[in-house]
Amino acid sequence: MSTIAERQLTPATEAAPLTGARPRSTYWPFVVPAVAVVGSVIVFPWAFTIWMSLHEWTVGGARRFAGLSNYLRLVSDERFLTSVWQTLIYTLLAVILPLIFGTLAALIFNSKVPLRGILRGVFVMPMMATPVAIALVWTMMFHPQLGVLNYLLSLVGIGPQAWVFSPSTVIPSLVLVETWQWTPLVMLIVLGGLAAIPTEPYESAAIDGANVLQRFRYITLPMIAPFLMVAVIIRTIDALKSFDIIYAITQGGPGTASETINLYLYSVAFAYYDVGYGSAIAVVFFALVIGLSLLMLHLRQRTKWTELQGGA
Amino acid sequence: MSAVTRRTFLASTAAAAAYGLSGATPAFADVNWKKYAGTKIGVNLVKSPRGDVLQKFEKEFTDLTGIQVSSEQTPEQQQRQKAVIELNSGAPSFDVIHISYHVQKRQFEKANWLADLSGFMKNPELTDATLTESDFSQAGLLYAKNPQGQMLSLPFSVDYWMVYWNKDLFAKKGLAYPQTFEEMVKVAEALTDPKEGTYGFVARGLKNANVPVWTSFLLGYGVDPVDANGNLMTDTPEAIEAAKLYQRLLTKSAPQGVAGFNWSECQSAFLQGKVGMWLDGVGFAPPLEDPDRSRIVGKVGYGVMPKGPKAQASATFGDGIGVTSASKNKEAAYLYCQWAISKLMGARLLQAGGGVPFRQSILNDAETRKGVKMPPAWIDSVVESGKISKLGLPVIQPVTEFRDVIGIGLTNLLGGGDPATEMKKATEQFKPILERSEKA
Repeated sequence: MSTIAERQLTPATEAAPLTGARPRSTYWPFVVPAVAVVGSVIVFPWAFTIWMSLHEWTVGGARRFAGLSNYLRLVSDERFLTSVWQTLIYTLLAVILPLIFGTLAALIFNSKVPLRGILRGVFVMPMMATPVAIALVWTMMFHPQLGVLNYLLSLVGIGPQAWVFSPSTVIPSLVLVETWQWTPLVMLIVLGGLAAIPTEPYESAAIDGANVLQRFRYITLPMIAPFLMVAVIIRTIDALKSFDIIYAITQGGPGTASETINLYLYSVAFAYYDVGYGSAIAVVFFALVIGLSLLMLHLRQRTKWTELQGGA
Repeated sequence: MSAVTRRTFLASTAAAAAYGLSGATPAFADVNWKKYAGTKIGVNLVKSPRGDVLQKFEKEFTDLTGIQVSSEQTPEQQQRQKAVIELNSGAPSFDVIHISYHVQKRQFEKANWLADLSGFMKNPELTDATLTESDFSQAGLLYAKNPQGQMLSLPFSVDYWMVYWNKDLFAKKGLAYPQTFEEMVKVAEALTDPKEGTYGFVARGLKNANVPVWTSFLLGYGVDPVDANGNLMTDTPEAIEAAKLYQRLLTKSAPQGVAGFNWSECQSAFLQGKVGMWLDGVGFAPPLEDPDRSRIVGKVGYGVMPKGPKAQASATFGDGIGVTSASKNKEAAYLYCQWAISKLMGARLLQAGGGVPFRQSILNDAETRKGVKMPPAWIDSVVESGKISKLGLPVIQPVTEFRDVIGIGLTNLLGGGDPATEMKKATEQFKPILERSEKA
């Protein structure tokens, strides 16, 4: 027995069979603009980058085919390996912290606190600021002798910190800026999720005697999980490609303590003009981003599937 | 077209001289400035006080020559990238380029991006009689000429490194300005009192930016970072001693967080009156005497770099201005370059505190000196530093990598790294980069 979908498709297929040269030639012109755009702005730059990565090529110098030597050089490049590790650490922290604080903020702003509308507006302000302006303000705040942060710490009896001026504290300090700026984004996403939760499960839970934590753990969290996944994906991509704030505050320093792949790539390509090696770094970085994105999408799908199973 | 003639221009500049911008007006007398009237040239400048002065008076150049100028200023890093990309394309959008010698000299020479100006300089129709090679300081000529002796640019502005010192803090401890490296360490440590928030010494700790601090010491040990044969000298005993000195000064006498300090953080710390000595370029002086920004106005001493165990040297950096080899208006572009480094423009630059000209005749001109806003001690120190100037960075193509690799080693010293180990490691890391660049 045929399904509804099959029955609906059958007459159309019979009326206009999609075979023969004529339909194909009729459709092709419509595809050409999309193919041209994708080819010129996505495929060509990538093919060219891969081609460049196979050459030893410094701006102003001769170009020589180098096979995979740029990639082999990466494996033993201590600075590159450090930058990969630092990128991962930075990304991890810059995703987790805004996620935690953004969720907490969303829970607060979802309840009926006084002046909720105004406070929400104030809370999302950091998101609207220009990254370089933020970086300049935070650089001044971080200054060990003149910055306001050490002054505030001194009021509560804590000694001065070196913040971004010390290799051991630079990444957490940069993550602090990132968290300050992007917590509101997570809050907005989660707030959307909270608004979509029906009240009935909470009423049932209240009748069953569930406390606040249990209600959050067994009702709120599973129901906002798909929204959290969206926030994680957006934040991961954003943190991975973070450049402006790090560059403006530390330029990857002190030493290379806050040098992420992006910053190293920038130095190699635009300060050392080593286009071939820079391209190899770009290809590896791209592969890393693709890998992490696929993992995120897979997790997103699983979350969705679990949610559907749960709802069935 | 403008009705300004050479005569009226001379009259107007003479009037400017009456306001204190003097000592330079005769410079425009002999050249046939109008020969290329109607030509249009593009000028690519680094965003800086030098670029500001040139743009501010650009109309005067057009009035003098009839040459139309389209100039742009771009922040240093971006300007370098833009210039390299455009020059590499073979068809740059500009005829005149403002270059940082200490970073770009070798790169520009190797790629043949600059036109040879030697012939123009000998042509009396194009070049004023007062513009001679001997008027430039030795460092300026070293920078401007390629190994074949061709003049590829005109030396524009020089940056000698000197020591700014806080006279009040010195007086409180009864200390005198140090004459040697050894004395400098002792004085710095004597001035340091973390409980009071007072420190004896500050200089750049941030990677890349910190290398000139170390080369300032290295030159005092009688060694250049790369010798005349192109060999790296960065792991020699002298280099390690210079690294030890760097480590000692910046760990025992410098404020917390110095590992992340560039010149601006050093300047801020010094402006607060809590730091005894600050080693950096002469161009950073004007804010120190600005009452709106400084707590130490009138209390700053301007010291020449103390003597090292083998030599007394002031690390020197500089800008030049040249004509691109791809330009179709080389003569007109050259006239612009000549105007840019003229006595009048040099005097304006010096008097505004925007830079120090490479031309000795400007620095030594009594009338020009009268108009300088900075204290006489500053200009005396500039002149004295000029006498002991040595190139602060090696003339190699991968200068930025050199600064990064050595700079990372130096920053590691501030975290407790061993000077010998760090310098050897950095040298080992940089050696193949240098070799590759020379092969390319």
